[in-house]
Amino acid sequence: MTTDSSLSGSLPRVRAAQPADSGRPRKPRPWGQIASQLFLISASVLWLLPILFALYIALRPYSETTKYGYVSLPHSLTLKNFSDAWSTSGMPHFFWNSVLITVPAVVIVLALASGVAFVLTRVDVKINVALLIVFTAGNLLPQQVIITPLYRLYLLIPLPSFLSGSGLMYNSITGLVAVNVAFQLGFCVFVLSNYMKSIPEEMYEAALVDGAGLWTRFWRLTVPLCRPALAALATLLTTWIYNDFFWAITLMSSGDKRPVTSALANLQGQFVSNQNLIAAAAMIAAVPTLVVYILLQKQFIAGLSLGSSKG
Amino acid sequence: MSSATDTQVPAAAPAKARRRRGLRRLSGRDRVVVALLLGIPLLLDLAFVWFPALATVFLSFTKWNGVGGLHTKTCLPNVPSILNNGCLYGIQNYHQAVTIYPEFWPAVRHNLIWLAVFVLFATPLGMLFAVLIDRGIKGSRMYQSILFLPVMLSLALIGIIWEFMYSQNLGLINTVIGRNGNSNAIDWLGNPHLNLWAVLVEATWRQAGYVMVLYLAGLKAVDPTLREAAVVDGANAWQTFWRVVFPVMRPINVVIMVVTVIESLRAFDLVYITNKGINGLELLSVLVTSNIVGETQRVGFGSALGVVLLVISLVPICIFLFQTFRRESREGPS
Repeated sequence: MTTDSSLSGSLPRVRAAQPADSGRPRKPRPWGQIASQLFLISASVLWLLPILFALYIALRPYSETTKYGYVSLPHSLTLKNFSDAWSTSGMPHFFWNSVLITVPAVVIVLALASGVAFVLTRVDVKINVALLIVFTAGNLLPQQVIITPLYRLYLLIPLPSFLSGSGLMYNSITGLVAVNVAFQLGFCVFVLSNYMKSIPEEMYEAALVDGAGLWTRFWRLTVPLCRPALAALATLLTTWIYNDFFWAITLMSSGDKRPVTSALANLQGQFVSNQNLIAAAAMIAAVPTLVVYILLQKQFIAGLSLGSSKG
Repeated sequence: MSSATDTQVPAAAPAKARRRRGLRRLSGRDRVVVALLLGIPLLLDLAFVWFPALATVFLSFTKWNGVGGLHTKTCLPNVPSILNNGCLYGIQNYHQAVTIYPEFWPAVRHNLIWLAVFVLFATPLGMLFAVLIDRGIKGSRMYQSILFLPVMLSLALIGIIWEFMYSQNLGLINTVIGRNGNSNAIDWLGNPHLNLWAVLVEATWRQAGYVMVLYLAGLKAVDPTLREAAVVDGANAWQTFWRVVFPVMRPINVVIMVVTVIESLRAFDLVYITNKGINGLELLSVLVTSNIVGETQRVGFGSALGVVLLVISLVPICIFLFQTFRRESREGPS
């Protein structure tokens, strides 16, 4: 199918409706400008303060904070808390759990959701809108609405031992992947189907004339065109699934299988006498999402607005 | 070349008529593709989201400790509960929740306070941030990044980070206001009259940034000619915003309303990491969880609390779905 590549190459790139940033000619009056600046500066200070304070505690030796308290000028700063938190608490292990949950979950959600979105926007299955509603509404339910039966269900479903040490969905990484996939599907189907609607029908007609089957139209034509939306969703999903706390707390009984964000709750108990170590562990656990944010801020925010402004 | 002639719809035909291809016109192979692409995710969604959601409703009418099976016999009065296990309990769970369960009404009140703080403080604050940043003042990009930062952190982490601010003797807040002595220190997170408000500061700290970004996206989508027209007509900034910009952002306002209600019903992580959601921090979500994963499993009772959450959350969900899909169902698939 050489026609496919030339097809997508020759057509204008489809983008999500990203209205041009309108330069507002109007300049606010000077006193308004000053007031806005002052307000935003003080808000920014307030917003950074808790994070910077935790970072400061993490950087100070334990002996110093016990002697002078957290709120005191530093005599020395050290990275030792970070290395101690990393080596004495099994953080590498919990990070690995997070990777084992987050990476497959993100990949599977995006793969499944693009398939659903494609079918619902391009094939008339008669109940397209109803199915779209089923997926979208599922994502809006509070998790606690479904946790009781889900918990029982997880205790009933057996898994082969290579997928779960416990032999059950309950207390297995596979189980956490499954629930994250099922729960996030709705949001991704909603966003991707909105996005796919903006692909001009003419492209599909051209592909049809070339004899492209449905799979080809999906995999070789639609998915490549959705790359920007998929990238935006991938950043959002990575953050959400990595940050998950509720599923990991309720569907996992043993602490050593939990991802890093919920394992922190246990570390809190373990390090209860050494708050500097807790601060350091918390800062380490925040690194992946902060890296995602700093590197992919544009995609992240694009993802959020794809889900909202097109409503 | 029958397939080629098939697709040659006259150019004059309305675009809608050729937009979607019915299942009947698909080849056998294409039908398999449809079945797989749609079937697997649908099965997953039904099995792990919708089946549990409906099962919650069913379980809420039973009395069950999670051991042994469920059956269709009605619970007998005045027998030991072990004999009644798994029976149909009617609306007894709901009745007990509202009459004799001591945590129920405090939890409802806390959820309502949570919602009120989100509606009255977090949302307007986020909107204010967005409007100021959208005016393109100096450093707006930096402000946006900083104010959005908490949204990237997991709520469990936020709880841990703020504990250093609130810590009774060593925390930043008590030290700054001079209340860190052992005798007169304020126990922000331990005092049941204070801790909900303390945690709500953390929640607002995060939520405002979230609302800000959603609202910024909405503001960017507003047609700039509308503003220009308003300015030409002599409207000031305030009038332009309330009379012109705010009304055309109806879709985004609905999204923010839905997010606000759902997030306040979902609230769990912050109170759980702070003190396991007891002693002043009870929320419906915590009660559901503690009734099913605690040592004494009251599956039916926990489900009844879950149904309360379900019923409340259906209101914003329906509003959102109606707003979003009204247009599409009117057009309908061709």
